[in-house]
Amino acid sequence: MPQPLNYLKETASQTAGPYVHIGLIPAMAGFDIFEKNFSNVLVTPNSKGERITLEGRVLDGSGTPLRDVLLEIWQANAAGRYNHPADRSAGALEEGFRGWGRAGSDFDSGLVTFETIKPGAITDKTGRKCAPHVNVWIVARGINIGLNTRLYFSDEEAANAADPVLNLIEQPTRRKTLIATRSERAGKVVYSFTINLQGPEETVFFDV
Amino acid sequence: MNAQAKALQDPRLNRPEPFTPPLGDGGFFQRDRSIHPPAYAPGYKSSVLRSPRQSLLSLENSVSEITGPVFGHNDLGPLDNDLIRNYAKDGDPVGERIIVHGRVLDETGRGVPNTLVEFWQANAGGRYRHKKDTYLAPIDPNFGGCGRALTDDTGYYYFRTVKPGPYPWRNFVNSWRPAHIHFSVFGSGFAQRLITQMYFEGDPLIPVCPILTTIPDKDALDRLVAPLDLNASTPFDSLAYRFDIVLRGQRSTYFENRTAGN
Ligand SMILES: [Fe+2]
Repeated sequence: MPQPLNYLKETASQTAGPYVHIGLIPAMAGFDIFEKNFSNVLVTPNSKGERITLEGRVLDGSGTPLRDVLLEIWQANAAGRYNHPADRSAGALEEGFRGWGRAGSDFDSGLVTFETIKPGAITDKTGRKCAPHVNVWIVARGINIGLNTRLYFSDEEAANAADPVLNLIEQPTRRKTLIATRSERAGKVVYSFTINLQGPEETVFFDV
Repeated sequence: MNAQAKALQDPRLNRPEPFTPPLGDGGFFQRDRSIHPPAYAPGYKSSVLRSPRQSLLSLENSVSEITGPVFGHNDLGPLDNDLIRNYAKDGDPVGERIIVHGRVLDETGRGVPNTLVEFWQANAGGRYRHKKDTYLAPIDPNFGGCGRALTDDTGYYYFRTVKPGPYPWRNFVNSWRPAHIHFSVFGSGFAQRLITQMYFEGDPLIPVCPILTTIPDKDALDRLVAPLDLNASTPFDSLAYRFDIVLRGQRSTYFENRTAGN
């Protein structure tokens, strides 16, 4: 027998369950407990860049919105830089933009919203530019292991067409499942998205 | 002159550089999905309409995956890891007092420092403080049922609570969850993000739980069961359970200057 490698095994995932709000967004469960809470508002007065609202739903295989789903997003700032030491690109970081937020869907409509800024183009480790995008992680009752996907922006056609991840998707029609649509509503910029868990328009999910 | 002798005269070999391993790209070890529950697990009925049916698209980790949110003590309050006190109104919550402690490690065995661990649970009667929970067991006025902690430099975390009760749920008409605590863990990169549940040694509901048995690997299931840790208990006060959590390992380092342990 050769020497054992002795790597540990990752802990198995389990569903977040229907009461995920208690732990992660207690105000949605109906009570107030922590002095400081995480939220769906990423933007602060000091954040640079264009203010945007991300708004969408997650639909199950019957087309019904999930009303107990929780989404987290992770994104770069307007300069295309992640607020983390492993991002060694040149863009400037600012105080007041962590780049992360979480939101539960509305218990009636299933609507999920984030108030954030539009990220800049990312520079990857080879110096290649990647289209602006937001990384999304989805958990809920019935989802056994968190789902990873991305949101790209409909007004970034040229950057999207050149993006190395979008181009990994074999079927052009499936690339569209990751594009959020820009509109303006009462002077605010809104990007709308739909995440389909199943069906002919199933969203592309990643094994990251 | 044979090829070997000629090679030895190669001027490039007269000034050899010591071999150093290339810096890793900071990507995470590929996830072993055979130890995780599959998305589609019909014994857990809620998964049927909520499971993607297409293959996941495998993505080499880019900067978007190896980075993730950074949290600090400023994000937490002083009672956040004390579920016995963080919602107490006029006394302590009802139930068995317990300490839960352990380490967050990665697959190489290194502790994951300064990472956020969040936890939530039912009260001792199996009832959640949640507007959508209608189980007949009563709410405990002194128990909220959630908390959070940052791991220390070695990846260690701990909190105090009461042992949650089992509860019925709608799957089959007589399905019961074993006593459990939900955990959410971040790690250093967004690709390490994990939600799981901790169970208690000796619980007879473990082998019949439709959610737990979605895990296809017996060892992976056993690793979700926390043993009683008498050595960590506080005599005449609290029992203790030990729960280590393993996140994905990372290829080498992304820092230019290697830091200790990398
Ligand atoms: Fe639960």
